[in-house]
Amino acid sequence: MTHSDLSGSASAAGAPPALRLRGITKRFPGVVANDSVDLTVHAGEVLALLGENGAGKSTLISILYGLYQPDEGAVELDGRAVRIGSPAQALRLGIGLVPQHPLLVSRHSVAENLALGGAGGLFPARRVAGRVRELSARYGLEVDPDSRVADLSPGEKQRVEIVRALLGGARVLILDEPTSVLTPQEADGLFRVMRELKADGRSLIFISHKLDEVLAVADRVTVLRRGKVVGGVPTLGATRESLAELMVGRSVDFTRKRAGGPGAEAGALLSVQDLSAQGSRGLPALRGVSFELRRGEVLGVAGIAGNGQSELVEVLAGLHEATGTVTLDGQPLSGDAAGRFRAGVAHIPEDRIHSGTVPTMTVAENLALRDFGRAPLARGLARDLGATDDRARREVEAYSVATPGIHTPTRLLSGGNIQKLILARELAGQPKLILAVHPTYGLDIGATDQVHRVLLDRTAQGAGVLLVSEDLDELLSLSDRVAVMVGGSLLGPFPADEVTRESLGLLMGGAHPHSLPGAAQGGVVA
Amino acid sequence: MRFVSLSAPSTARAALVTLASLVTALLICALIFTLAGQSPAEVYGTMLRGTLGDATGLGEVGRRTIPLLLIGAGLALAFRAQFFNIGAEGQLLLGAVFAAGTALFVPLPGPLLLPAVFVAGFVGGGLWALIAAALRRVNVNEILSTLMLNYVAVALVTYLIAGPWKGKDVRGYIYTDTFPASTYLPTLPGSQVHWPTLLLGVAVALGLQWVLSRSTFGYALRVVGENPGAARYAGLSSGRVALLVALITGGAAGLAGAGEVAGIHHRLLEAGQISLGYGFTAVIVAWLARGNPALCLITAPVMGIILAGGDILKIDLNLPFRVVDIFSGVILLCLIASEVFVRHRVQWGRA
Ligand SMILES: Nc1ncnc2c1ncn2[C@@H]1O[C@H](COP(=O)(O)OP(=O)(O)OP(=O)(O)O)[C@@H](O)[C@H]1O
Ligand SMILES: [Mg+2]
Repeated sequence: MTHSDLSGSASAAGAPPALRLRGITKRFPGVVANDSVDLTVHAGEVLALLGENGAGKSTLISILYGLYQPDEGAVELDGRAVRIGSPAQALRLGIGLVPQHPLLVSRHSVAENLALGGAGGLFPARRVAGRVRELSARYGLEVDPDSRVADLSPGEKQRVEIVRALLGGARVLILDEPTSVLTPQEADGLFRVMRELKADGRSLIFISHKLDEVLAVADRVTVLRRGKVVGGVPTLGATRESLAELMVGRSVDFTRKRAGGPGAEAGALLSVQDLSAQGSRGLPALRGVSFELRRGEVLGVAGIAGNGQSELVEVLAGLHEATGTVTLDGQPLSGDAAGRFRAGVAHIPEDRIHSGTVPTMTVAENLALRDFGRAPLARGLARDLGATDDRARREVEAYSVATPGIHTPTRLLSGGNIQKLILARELAGQPKLILAVHPTYGLDIGATDQVHRVLLDRTAQGAGVLLVSEDLDELLSLSDRVAVMVGGSLLGPFPADEVTRESLGLLMGGAHPHSLPGAAQGGVVA
Repeated sequence: MRFVSLSAPSTARAALVTLASLVTALLICALIFTLAGQSPAEVYGTMLRGTLGDATGLGEVGRRTIPLLLIGAGLALAFRAQFFNIGAEGQLLLGAVFAAGTALFVPLPGPLLLPAVFVAGFVGGGLWALIAAALRRVNVNEILSTLMLNYVAVALVTYLIAGPWKGKDVRGYIYTDTFPASTYLPTLPGSQVHWPTLLLGVAVALGLQWVLSRSTFGYALRVVGENPGAARYAGLSSGRVALLVALITGGAAGLAGAGEVAGIHHRLLEAGQISLGYGFTAVIVAWLARGNPALCLITAPVMGIILAGGDILKIDLNLPFRVVDIFSGVILLCLIASEVFVRHRVQWGRA
């Protein structure tokens, strides 16, 4: 199927593409982020932009959205050359961006937020509300203009951003890793919206590291590597394997990585008894959670966001108050986050920008966040900058963090590279327990593979991994056992080979474990 | 004209913009003088001649630079931790009070008394700022609390010199008895530049720069200031950092207060005579230094010139308003407005 089947408008043969980039080049100190990139998108077409971390995808769309100016090259809309000087101008030209991290003011309502950022100046929230309802109904966006932004889930916030772009009359809509913050259900909802928009003759540019999604929703892919376009293919006839090969230049293995976990005879590493905690809004977030994690085991925790997984991890990491008992290696685990890290608890946090790193500080400084105050990085009250730098160089090398240098602020790193930096830091000591929340969030397939191998290596050395992920494929391919969190309670854990995507999906949605097929043999411990 | 945001504003750019905003402020002030019927050339000429032109003027600049340097360096550190201390004026006064109390009433042998006076000054200023840091733990904004504590400090000084500490030889003005001579600081000949405090200020500025960039505490302070979420994640206590930062910034202001009474006045007198608005002007010193205590070694004398020059103008040209306040206000406004130029490039012409 080609784009022209889908819309009767400008994309008919001969008409210029809705968007065309010619020879776009953007250099940053030390890197060429985009190297004479040519790219076209037609009306009524979804183009997926693929590439490894740091390939230059975000830079390219920042140029399209007027955040950066290209050093060379030209942008054409419907065959006309345009200059995009600012986001406001991009909106006026009909280019909308749904950012990876929504930029909304929490205290205000949806309509107020949208009135604030209007493309054509200010217009009152009440007028906006009507248009929001109209657009929301037309594209199945389910956005309520009167709700408070603070009460919205990540998926809802994202739909608000889509509405914002549509309000501005966007004909080209760019989505930067839109699914990384979404649950599988929300992602499916987003794809439905994208198909509606496409049927309406709009053009979409979609960035994702998840190749299944790309195959499901895109018409064509363009692949970037080190800033250059290295290929483009229609998704019709493409496979995960073929796309992966195009991206990283070698074949990538997608089969289950976990050979055999530790036997039942492996001793308990982490033992959690009757853990209860309040959530941030004073509601119970954990209700009597008990489980054991064995030495060398990967225990997966599935669940729809907001069912207590974040709190469980925060409690174990020493960031959240709770009642109940937790022991690690037979010793009671208590104290603050710093003490627990020293006791062997590593934590790959959910929010890498707001808690995992200090974006204004350098790569070297961020790598020292956990142990800047101890030998060898400090002598008494003085930091040893030489030792800090030396170690940073080693870690950057070992985890192949793409950065212009160790003294670059992490703010300037691509999303995936920030994640690698966090992993390098957290796994630098020999942690006994690794709390990993979406550890491959935003990572390209090569890096994902690398992270998976690192985690599994650590289990071979006796560490236990508590893996929280919304990506069920990841959970099933890595975990020895999988538990499900629903409403603050933990169901399971179940042996990974006795559950499926579907049964987990049902449990996440609140189905009773005993009602599932196979539950009787599965040894379900609810 | 449009603003294009810069991803990585350079240090050189920040320095250039800071300098440009200072020049802009002086140009705006020139306009104000013109409107007030004065020739700007004459005003600035008088200012420069009066401050940098002779030894007396330089002495006046130096005298004002001392407290500005001490306070500014402490404030620069505090701003990096996002602890917005607007109460250095009060902390300076409390430092002066503690220093005076020690000098007047603590029976220590001569050589020990002077160090004790400075230690007391540090403690007084530090404790005053600690109140604000403690209140912050119960969610009282430190901008408000430090500001309010200024007024309390002024009232406290007035109460002491008019009441329990009132001097025996008071006529007209109120003040305490003079301190024992062993607490007098030496001054550069022909000036009121009490050079031991100046040296102390240089040491504090360099020391705090070291703390910020090389010490483990400075690292924790920057994490807390730049990303509280990461501080929590790493188990760094924001509250503890704030307490220590308050102690340092308040203590530095307290040292300045001790220096003023031991170096110049030799007694505790009215608040307006101890501090010539140093606590507020030092905010500009710290801001011009963009959070680098060592850079206060440059910015404190700059503001010292403006403070001293302003006072000279008041006398020489008989200007009807407090020129210094105009300078400070305009400079501060220009600095605030200049922030946007640090992080954005301006593009001329229509798109
Ligand atoms: N403002 C900047 N200053 C300096 N270097 C930058 C800047 N922005 C990006 N880079 C560098 O440019 C390269 C491309 O980064 P970009 O964010 O476009 O990658 P990406 O393809 O979006 O990666 P990811 O999949 O990890 O998000 C990286 O090497 C990055 O470090
Ligand atoms: Mg990116």
